[in-house]
Amino acid sequence: MSPSDDQALPGTIFDESAILSIKDLSRMCAVDERHIVEFVEEGVLNVVTVSSEWRFTGDALRRARLALRLERDLELNLAGVALAVELLEELAQLRRELGAKR
Amino acid sequence: MEFKDYYKVMGVARDATEAQIKQAYRKLARKYHPDVSKEKDAEARFKEVGEAYEVLKSPEKRAAYDQLGKDYRPGQDFRPPPNWDSGFEFSGAGQGDESYSDFFDSLFGAQARAGRGRRGEAHPGRGQDHHAKVLLDLQASLNGGTRSFTLRMPEIDAEGRLVSKERTLNVQVPKGILPGQQIRLAGQGEPAHGNGTAGDLYIEVEFQPDPLYRVDGRDLYLELPVAPWEAALGATVKTPTPGGNVELKIPAGSHAGSKLRLKGRGIPASQPGDFYVVLQIALPPANDEKAKAAYAALAAALPFNPRASLGV
Repeated sequence: MSPSDDQALPGTIFDESAILSIKDLSRMCAVDERHIVEFVEEGVLNVVTVSSEWRFTGDALRRARLALRLERDLELNLAGVALAVELLEELAQLRRELGAKR
Repeated sequence: MEFKDYYKVMGVARDATEAQIKQAYRKLARKYHPDVSKEKDAEARFKEVGEAYEVLKSPEKRAAYDQLGKDYRPGQDFRPPPNWDSGFEFSGAGQGDESYSDFFDSLFGAQARAGRGRRGEAHPGRGQDHHAKVLLDLQASLNGGTRSFTLRMPEIDAEGRLVSKERTLNVQVPKGILPGQQIRLAGQGEPAHGNGTAGDLYIEVEFQPDPLYRVDGRDLYLELPVAPWEAALGATVKTPTPGGNVELKIPAGSHAGSKLRLKGRGIPASQPGDFYVVLQIALPPANDEKAKAAYAALAAALPFNPRASLGV
């Protein structure tokens, strides 16, 4: 069943279109800006500096939320979170390749 | 409502120390955390464990639970006595957005929720953002188009209880979205409070396995079976691509694993991915006299050792 196009909500690819400030990101994740700074310093989040201000892509929202869940639910420290996020992304990538090959 | 044995859920003795409870929680959380676990029912189990830990890690809640639990067996019908929690003080708000069982809510619900308060106070009136995950077919990313998703949203009802509400959204999928990326739907999160603005909805996408194509970044791969003579002599064969069937030229002297590239026919973008055809050699079966004779003639005509590279 394919719904008709005229009443559909227009979606945008957030990961590419969005440019977020640290303020945006901390509001969207409902955490303190300091927490975001720690994620950047630990390499959990990538950042681009534009005229001495940090800019994040939309992908940072997904990574930050994942990191916060791991931190809270598994009681991990920052280094543990950084490692887990990296390994989880690698795992997801491998699963995609495997799933497609079957 | 059934009585829940939180000690059993966490696999600890009733006289377990705080350290033992913490250790048990960490172990179970790593096993069942929805972000890391592939166990069936991981999410349900994780919630159960989180709820048990929420009670047992807090000396006040644990004492209250123990007091109440003396006379109950797991699964037994349970009704909290009136004013059962008088004489206990509850400190520390539960963090996070877990929805706990009715059993938990009837015991601690009021306290746990009252302490949470609203987050994001810097933007009074703005509804919270919502997040969801969906499985998407590859075609939606290749061609765009509308898909309908049914999402379950947690909501606080009039009595302050967390309930799950279903809604179906028709969404124009943006062309070229990749697995792991998020679709943003402005204003589709939590409704505004008063004069504020509504929150947004973020839908994280994962692809369903496609029957034909494998996705690698923006590139697509197709395994294309060819006959031995098509690979050896070259041929033009019909090949499916996302944009429809094409006639593909196989160069003479191709072998299994040869890769042919159709530039820019992968997942669309300003720099679109490529489409790769990987050749597989399919052997005709030798199940009649004619086929057997043909294979025998080939063997006689060609001095060929397929295992030369193994040194045998």
